Amino acid sequence: MITTTPRATLTRRGLLGAGAGLAAGLGLAACSPGSAGKPGQAAPATGDGGAAGYDGPAVTLAFWHGLTGGDGPIMKKLCDKFTQEHPNVKITTTAIPWADYYQKLPAAVSNGKGPDVGIMHVDNLATNAARNVVQPLDDVAKALGLTEDDFSPVVWQAGVYKDVRYGIPLDMHPAGLYWNKTVFEKAGVDPETPPTDLDSFMDVLDKAKSKNIQGFWVSPAGASWLLSQSIVFQNGGFLADPAGDRAGFGDEPAVKAITWLKSLIDQGYSPKNVAGDGDSTAFQNDKAAMMFNGPWMTTPLGENSKLKWGAAELPVLGANKGAWANSHQFVLARQIKPDENKATASRVFVNWISQQSLSWADAGMVPARKSVREQPEFQKKGYVLEFAKALDYATLTPPVPGVGDINTEWNTAVNNALLGKGDPATLLKEAAGKADKILAANKKKYA
Amino acid sequence: MAVPTLAPAAPPPTPVAARKGRLRHHAWFTPYLLVAPFLVLLCMFVLWPAVYGFFISLHDWDYALDYKPFVGGQNYANLFDPDSLVFENFWNGMKNTLIFVVASVPFLVLVPLLVALLLNRKFVGRTFFRAMIFAPYVLGIAVIGVLFRYLLDTQFGVINAFLGIFGIPAVPWTQSQPWAWIALVAMTLWWTMGFNTIIYLAGLQSLPAEQYEAAELDGAGKWASFRYITLPGLRMVLIFIVTTTILASANMFGQAYLVTGGGPGDSTRTAIMVMTEEGLRRFQMGSASAMSYFLAVLLAIIAVINFWIMRERDS
Repeated sequence: MITTTPRATLTRRGLLGAGAGLAAGLGLAACSPGSAGKPGQAAPATGDGGAAGYDGPAVTLAFWHGLTGGDGPIMKKLCDKFTQEHPNVKITTTAIPWADYYQKLPAAVSNGKGPDVGIMHVDNLATNAARNVVQPLDDVAKALGLTEDDFSPVVWQAGVYKDVRYGIPLDMHPAGLYWNKTVFEKAGVDPETPPTDLDSFMDVLDKAKSKNIQGFWVSPAGASWLLSQSIVFQNGGFLADPAGDRAGFGDEPAVKAITWLKSLIDQGYSPKNVAGDGDSTAFQNDKAAMMFNGPWMTTPLGENSKLKWGAAELPVLGANKGAWANSHQFVLARQIKPDENKATASRVFVNWISQQSLSWADAGMVPARKSVREQPEFQKKGYVLEFAKALDYATLTPPVPGVGDINTEWNTAVNNALLGKGDPATLLKEAAGKADKILAANKKKYA
Repeated sequence: MAVPTLAPAAPPPTPVAARKGRLRHHAWFTPYLLVAPFLVLLCMFVLWPAVYGFFISLHDWDYALDYKPFVGGQNYANLFDPDSLVFENFWNGMKNTLIFVVASVPFLVLVPLLVALLLNRKFVGRTFFRAMIFAPYVLGIAVIGVLFRYLLDTQFGVINAFLGIFGIPAVPWTQSQPWAWIALVAMTLWWTMGFNTIIYLAGLQSLPAEQYEAAELDGAGKWASFRYITLPGLRMVLIFIVTTTILASANMFGQAYLVTGGGPGDSTRTAIMVMTEEGLRRFQMGSASAMSYFLAVLLAIIAVINFWIMRERDS
């Protein structure tokens, strides 16, 4: 999937040659853009936001994303189709694993080496908007005729930071319940009926336990992600409040969620000391009856022909329906030297692909647009339909710059709590105190 | 850093004809031209970043933001202020780094020495074993990390499956202490010991055989010749190995990042991981630079102490 990155052209020989020639000059040029390279002003908005198409000279757009899994080939197919329909716009894709992507993209953009188009998770969008990595996209939204009615409000609002739109929603991917039909049968549970509430959930686990099956693996290292967060949301809690003023780690909903997860381990519904992705490994080896996971798992699970499984909405284990979710959004990176043709072509690309988001459902992702979900073809997309049900109540990370910084504290506290290193309430309250400080510092920094 | 010179410096001027058939005399700038490529790289990738990094550490610095206020020594002061945001994480990282250095360096210095002594003997398949001992070192940390995550998995890992044959219950290698440290030290030892072994081997082979023969004639045993010939002969090699091993262990990052994720809890989150988090995830580059300078100065002091302890003593 990975094609040339801009840096790959800098060979050692080229560097040595250049170095010998332009000692001081190059030294400064190569090292200082970090400071000198302020991201330029926004590229000139082209008026129609890409609605009228692009008929200028041939351009090549650099497109960066982190789709390195089963979702990569599907995005590539979409890009190929776009180039077929727009022969004068070529797309060069660079796939960088997400964790690196969010480090490399800002650095590249501030050096003028960033891509034209990118994909970003909403939980990183506000940070990158505040750090001048991405451009406002209100003109594109207008050109596409995008309005809030066509999206679930939560995914629509998540693309906005300080009243300016920075992301065009492509999809939303909420957590769901996966159940293993083989294990269900072994436990004597109807393999076609997934649990929907706490009672039916515990019923499955009890029946499995009576057959010596540990039905729901809780990983102290992995649970801090969508598993625990979904339950916190169901309990009516939050990790960071919408304004980004305080962390809810120490509040009752969060403490209750973690205490309950701990009880699953203590009561033997889960083994102790499960590794980070142990829940999914166990599930795929017919050792666990259920797991909470994202829709991206439908592809790898579907490829495993021996596995009999199903996916459904999360059972309601707390007070309300609720689920962790994230969303892929298209962004346009800031350009130090804006190129009007590329700016137009980028908008045409985003515009086009947003209308094609039905094919993107093949990657397991729920298209963000209601009009796409209402197309008859969408009804044939299988498990995506199950995940689509969560769009009305799933929770995205609030658009607060640097909000992800508090996750380290949450992860550590949840990890320690589930390992039995202390009282969950105490650990979580301590972490909340630190997270509040981080939020306050960020508020000051990005003010 | 030896500068090769083609001819003695500044010879007296000679007639053009006399120069024929001899090496050409170099101009005054020739030596500088010869070191220039190295110097340029040194300046670009070591000196300039070092100076620039110190400059950054005096600011509240996010490269993407225009507002980078000068804060003087505040970033350094924060490291010693228990109420600051970074204090707890930083010192926890320093503590973890210290634990790893203390736990790993003795093994990384001694085991390769023993292996090198073995590999220095003559036996069938010696070259094969030398290559095998070095082989893991050529693998990148990404490969090693993925490999050991599979090996160390509590429920599905090969190591626990092997131990299970002997009835040993599953060991939570990455989920509980002290197992996490044991796993990290062991994998680091397996991964990097080839490098130190090769250095020791080179040192052993440079020791003159006559000294051993003379010792044998004087009736010295194996231990005595090791103690009075091998060890003193390896002194410079030892200084090098101890110094570089301490530095490498103090900079441990990939193993913990990939295998334990800093866990259980934050008990294997090393100083470098804390800096990465601070500088590259939270984009607090000033603060991260200050941490990194503090660690660098500390390591420099340790290196000096190390040289001083192992200096040649007149008896």
